[in-house]
Amino acid sequence: MRVIVVTSGKGGVGKTTTSAAFSSGLALRGFKTAVIDFDVGLRNLDLIMGCERRVVYDLVNVINGEAKLNQALIKDKHCENLFVLPASQTRDKDALTEEGVEAVLKELEHLGFEYVVCDSPAGIERGAVLALTFADEAIVTTNPEVSSVRDSDRILGILQSKSRRAAEGRDPVKEHLLLTRYSPKRVEDGEMLSYKDVQELLRVPLIGVIPESESVLHASNQGMPAIHLKGTDVSEAYQDVVSRFLGEEHELRFVNYEKPGLMKRLFGGK
Amino acid sequence: MSLLAKLFGEKKRTAEIAKNRLSLLIAHERSGSSGAADFLPALQQELIQVISKYVAVNPDDIKVQLEKQDNYEVLEVNIVLPENSR
Repeated sequence: MRVIVVTSGKGGVGKTTTSAAFSSGLALRGFKTAVIDFDVGLRNLDLIMGCERRVVYDLVNVINGEAKLNQALIKDKHCENLFVLPASQTRDKDALTEEGVEAVLKELEHLGFEYVVCDSPAGIERGAVLALTFADEAIVTTNPEVSSVRDSDRILGILQSKSRRAAEGRDPVKEHLLLTRYSPKRVEDGEMLSYKDVQELLRVPLIGVIPESESVLHASNQGMPAIHLKGTDVSEAYQDVVSRFLGEEHELRFVNYEKPGLMKRLFGGK
Repeated sequence: MSLLAKLFGEKKRTAEIAKNRLSLLIAHERSGSSGAADFLPALQQELIQVISKYVAVNPDDIKVQLEKQDNYEVLEVNIVLPENSR
């Protein structure tokens, strides 16, 4: 079983959108996958996955022994092989413990899960650190914008110091850079950092670029992970991310600006 | 902005500024010197306490700074004694 943390430091850059799309993509490829919300007190993964009305038990209930893991796991309605473990809405920040999270992960492995995606909260507090503690790989979600890039660099430092792999001196956590909300036009106009700039600054291999798109809001409005919006740039870009994660090579798409053709300009094709 | 640029509504190319600022900042933060300087406020407080034992100084007149010059780090402590301190 591989544990992947989706992290960023900064809030609002697309961690939950990415966790939902990426875990769905792994499940669509046939892997038994769980996605866990670590944002205790501010859970939202359930909304993005569209299972908010089916939440009965959560991660903290399982850790406290108030519910069995299989009672808390919610089967995703969009794809087979995918299960959601929601965060608790408790205000007790100490509800998550390292031993508790470790026990839950062990049990998931026992249940035959192949991938576990940990959706980290923003910040560098307890929840964010626990989300990355047991990670084998990390998807560092970054917007091409100064504060997000700086915070990503900060979280990379924390990955390299606080993960179990680091503490035990094993192979380090495998890091992937994912750029989200990318606007090729603004990059071309010199208004936005390019993916090459960000990659050069953070020195982490790029796993994908997700273009800025209206589809993401459409997806979250409906509680459907964006990867399911067939034919959209965002869905295709996330599918590429999953492919690259699984070791397939794909050229980057949606990073070059194409001037809209005459027809498109006249009829405003969308 | 030049007149031509104004006329043609040229947009500012600010991405390069962002990149330069970030590359300096990230290099600085990675070197750990920002973390090492965490003790400065405490050092300043303790200096004020010690010096106040002997001389009546204004806390604002004690300045502690850490500066980087090539490979050296220079800890600069600047204490301004009031004229009628003795």
